[in-house]
Amino acid sequence: MKKKLISILLAAALTLTAFTGCGGNNDSGSDKSKKVTITNVSYDPTRELYEAYNKIFAEHWKEKTGQEVEITQSHGGSGKQALEVANGLEADVVTLALEGDVNAVRDAGLIEDGWVDEFPLDSSPYTSTIVFLVRKGNPKNIQDWGDLVKEGVGVITPNPKTSGGARWNYLAAWAYADQLYNGDEAQVKDFIKKLYKNVLVLDSGARGATTTFVENKQGDVLLAWENEAYLSKQDYPDDYEIITPSISILAQPSVAIVDEVVDERGTREVATEYLNYLYSDEAQRIAGDNFYRPSNADILKEYADVFDLNINLVTINDFGGWAKAQSTHFADGGVFDQIYEE
Amino acid sequence: MKKVSKRVIPGFGLSMGVTLSILSVIVLIPLASLVVFTAQMDFDEIIRTITRDRVLASFEVSFLTAFIASAINAVMGVILAWVLVRYDFPLKRLLDGMIELPFALPTAVAGIALTSLTSDQGLIGSFFAKYGIKIAYTRIGITVALVFVGIPFVVRAVQPVLEKLDPTYEEAAGVMGASRIKIFWKVIFPEIKPALFTGFGLAFGRCLGEYGSVVFIAGNQPFETEITPLIIMSELQEYDYASATAIALVMLVASFAVLFVVNMIQARSTRILKGG
Repeated sequence: MKKKLISILLAAALTLTAFTGCGGNNDSGSDKSKKVTITNVSYDPTRELYEAYNKIFAEHWKEKTGQEVEITQSHGGSGKQALEVANGLEADVVTLALEGDVNAVRDAGLIEDGWVDEFPLDSSPYTSTIVFLVRKGNPKNIQDWGDLVKEGVGVITPNPKTSGGARWNYLAAWAYADQLYNGDEAQVKDFIKKLYKNVLVLDSGARGATTTFVENKQGDVLLAWENEAYLSKQDYPDDYEIITPSISILAQPSVAIVDEVVDERGTREVATEYLNYLYSDEAQRIAGDNFYRPSNADILKEYADVFDLNINLVTINDFGGWAKAQSTHFADGGVFDQIYEE
Repeated sequence: MKKVSKRVIPGFGLSMGVTLSILSVIVLIPLASLVVFTAQMDFDEIIRTITRDRVLASFEVSFLTAFIASAINAVMGVILAWVLVRYDFPLKRLLDGMIELPFALPTAVAGIALTSLTSDQGLIGSFFAKYGIKIAYTRIGITVALVFVGIPFVVRAVQPVLEKLDPTYEEAAGVMGASRIKIFWKVIFPEIKPALFTGFGLAFGRCLGEYGSVVFIAGNQPFETEITPLIIMSELQEYDYASATAIALVMLVASFAVLFVVNMIQARSTRILKGG
């Protein structure tokens, strides 16, 4: 599959260079009538979002430049996708779940430093947060993080060591306990330990956890991305309820241009516009329709009846940034390992 | 006696060359790169990595479940092969073909299907749940998945031997007054033993490395149901190639040791059979 994709990309790249006449960095400016192809490597839950967005972007680009654009999508676990790009899967843009995953591509030398500031709002055109999905009627009366550590409550969340999304879950719980215990680390750790004691199944990825909760009917509460929770609720409106906790984390999926690839393929212009256009009103509404929180505050207000906008959201900066959160909590021997080992 | 044989494929040199190059390209070079990656760490680091409590616990889970599953497969596989060789019944061909399904089916699909069947809400799982037995999300669940992926190895190893087994030996033993149990242990079993060991070894090796189906059914609780391949995956997610390859190397050495021992036993019993 991957090989096929690569060979298609390679063929596309070859024809493109042939048409631009070995001109090197000629951009696509020289031949507007030729169709251009770009690849967007993304993570699992953005499938529906980009399906819709790619359509309006193709129209927008055609209108602006008269050129046809075709976008190849690739979805998978965020960390795995980052690895593939770092290992040579040719992507013009990456739209991943975590800043840390984009940094992994940067560390492979494919993305230039300072990519976070390349696009507005830390290069995250849409955000999400972590909410609870519970069974209809909320039989265990789960209202906030504190209810998750009660005896007899079964929690479903993926493993933060293998799933990017699950790191947000973990950090959101940490933020709650941190506030509850006024930053007393021993007590916070104890809270997290209790919480993960209640975890029945530690799936390797977010979609797997959703399957465990929805299809196999395990546990009482699923810690989920807000957009995933709304999708599940949309599919089974009679079976689930969404509970928004008092505090959660602002999950900022990151987008970036893969500099090395766009320079080689001469697609920088279209790739930049592709990511820029995510901030347009039209695209922001598509994000909202797909249950991502638009980063444009005005558009977000339009969705006030969908999202709970009063939720108290901490950000990754409260944890000292991704690099620090990663090494403190999720690296080998980090806090997440400790809560299982003590 | 002087050996005179006509080889089908001409030229020992040429065919040996082909063998060696293919072996190197698809087996030796990737394995060597494993060693190279691991060598980025010094010896103490390697030891520390592979003796972390969680890693040790995962070795226990992986080896124990793989062993039990292969043992179950050894028994069930012989029975299955026996039925397929010795009896005629309708739809036998279909059944015969179904044995290979675990090879063809993507293991993730098998894992998801088995999980929804054996979870306490599932068709099979709800029955056992009444008696307080949980299958999915426990080590039993892992074993079930491994039995599924491992069964073809034993059946396909034993089947051809049973087919070639001359029934006259059994008749002779029967005429001489041996009981059925004795006939099985003294006449049939020694014949199929080498093939059975091969099948067991192959299934065991396969089970050790199985990832796709097990992650769905295991529950992946550290120290309880976390398999070693999952630990390797999580190291990779942290971009820690060296740790991942170090742990992988342990698995590799262990599987190799198991397969080697199995081969030794097999070679010995073959020699005994041949009267050497």
